[in-house]
Amino acid sequence: MKLGRSHLRIDTWVLRHLQVALSSLGRLYRTPLATLMTAAVIGIALALPTGMHVALSNIQQLAGGWDGAATLSLFLKQEVDEKQIIKLTNKLGAHPKLAEVQLINPDIALEEFQRLSGFKGALKALDRNPLPTVLIIEPLQQYSTPEAAEELMTEFNRLAEVDFTQLDLQWVRRFHAITEIARRGVMVIGILLGLAVLLIVGNTIRLEIQNRKSEIEITKLIGGTDAFIRRPFLYNGLWYGLSGGILAWLLVSISLWMLNGPIERLAGLYRSEFDLSAIDFYTLSILLLGSALLGLFGSWIAVGRHLSDIEPS
Amino acid sequence: MIHFENVTKRYPGGYEGLSNANFHVTPGEMVFLTGHSGAGKSTLLRLIGLLERCTRGQVLVGGRNLAKVKRRHIPYHRREVGMIFQDHRLLHDRTVFDNVAMPLVVAGLRHQEIGRRVHASLDKVGLLSKERAYPVTLSGGEQQRVGIARAVVSKPPVVLADEPTGNLDPELSQEIMDLFCQFNQVGVTLLIATHDLDLVSRMGKRILTLSHGRLKRDVAGRAS
Ligand SMILES: Nc1ncnc2c1ncn2[C@@H]1O[C@H](COP(=O)(O)OP(=O)(O)OP(=O)(O)O)[C@@H](O)[C@H]1O
Ligand SMILES: [Mg+2]
Repeated sequence: MKLGRSHLRIDTWVLRHLQVALSSLGRLYRTPLATLMTAAVIGIALALPTGMHVALSNIQQLAGGWDGAATLSLFLKQEVDEKQIIKLTNKLGAHPKLAEVQLINPDIALEEFQRLSGFKGALKALDRNPLPTVLIIEPLQQYSTPEAAEELMTEFNRLAEVDFTQLDLQWVRRFHAITEIARRGVMVIGILLGLAVLLIVGNTIRLEIQNRKSEIEITKLIGGTDAFIRRPFLYNGLWYGLSGGILAWLLVSISLWMLNGPIERLAGLYRSEFDLSAIDFYTLSILLLGSALLGLFGSWIAVGRHLSDIEPS
Repeated sequence: MIHFENVTKRYPGGYEGLSNANFHVTPGEMVFLTGHSGAGKSTLLRLIGLLERCTRGQVLVGGRNLAKVKRRHIPYHRREVGMIFQDHRLLHDRTVFDNVAMPLVVAGLRHQEIGRRVHASLDKVGLLSKERAYPVTLSGGEQQRVGIARAVVSKPPVVLADEPTGNLDPELSQEIMDLFCQFNQVGVTLLIATHDLDLVSRMGKRILTLSHGRLKRDVAGRAS
């Protein structure tokens, strides 16, 4: 006689999984306090990196409005004439990486300077306009990073008409560096707390296995396979993780909601219109899927380590 | 059905629970296993249910060499060997029905089929009216009958019982034995370990006697 699993129909298989999933949920529901405590620990652990990620996204979004700061000023040579200037302006206007090209006419600039500075008389003494023609160039958003803007600068420096190009990148560069460090930091914290969630779920499942030792022994005695015995514990882990994820979502949403008022007031003081954006759909899906998988994986580790220790005698 | 060839079981520490045992049980036979405490009765039954593996020799059940059964196939072997224990081994947080249904649930039977078979099995042991009860509310004899119903519900060809009447009075013990005889009459092979020599001799079945891990006597049953 050959031993081995009999072939189940797929609908029977699905039905069995559904039954185990629901009965595992029911078991957790019947011990609400213990379940809630585990879920809360997982939720807090996951809320931290999630909240930081959302905060960082908001800061980056806020900084998106400053990306015009990566502006290039092309100072043209004195000998370049009107026709060449118009040609260059048109050429740059068609450049695929640029959003806007603005021509600063030296005569208009001089007039404005005279009007604003009050040096009217003194400037009149000059025999010719000392100001150069300047093109103010704003790259498209995706070419506003320090690296891309610098590349554009070298490109423009090579143009025959250009005397020199100026790019004030210092603070843009600093800001990008800081957000990059913060992003890494969030990632490291996320990984560490993800590991913590694995340990929490693993330990909880380990205790459950100990509590249900005699049930496991008896199930093995009557011919329950390892997969059969494992299944309810795996679903428990999955539910722990998922409920922790949902709790993290709630915690972050409530925190954002509480911060929104003060931040709006602050933005108002700076005459800025800034709205805190909540967790987006993508982040939420990652959070819920990730938490469920962490729970499943944590329980998998515990089950793998402790289930084979229990043998009937 | 059950073959033991030069079977020795040495426990860690060197003690031999069973030494060089040779016998075989034909299909449909009912055999009693006796011997003093520590003689090796439980050891012998545990080898058949693959709760232990033998150190030397060969155990064959239904033509299957148990040494060749891989760990992951043990559950499928156990589904063909019903086991009954002195301490019943029932789950106390589940009803009588759910306890008896367990072997069918692990085997993945359909819901209706499980209900039908559990009822038939409970009916046979006379506990149909207690299906919604919890084991703690039952007497020792009733709990033992729940254990028996669970062991036979999936209709295994072999049933092992380790001191099934250990805690019961003579009358209840006799009832349990009658139950075993009924199973035997429908072709189940039974191996029953017991101290109750009076009961055993009254039954008139084959008796294997163990002493210090060795098979001392093999008395054939009276033809009935
Ligand atoms: N897991 C074990 N490790 C070491 N020795 C064991 C183990 N199980 C049983 N033994 C020893 O093997 C011998 C046989 O034990 P077994 O349980 O088979 O006896 P038994 O005939 O069933 O006795 P009883 O009538 O008391 O149940 C005993 O001396 C016992 O001490
Ligand atoms: Mg014993």
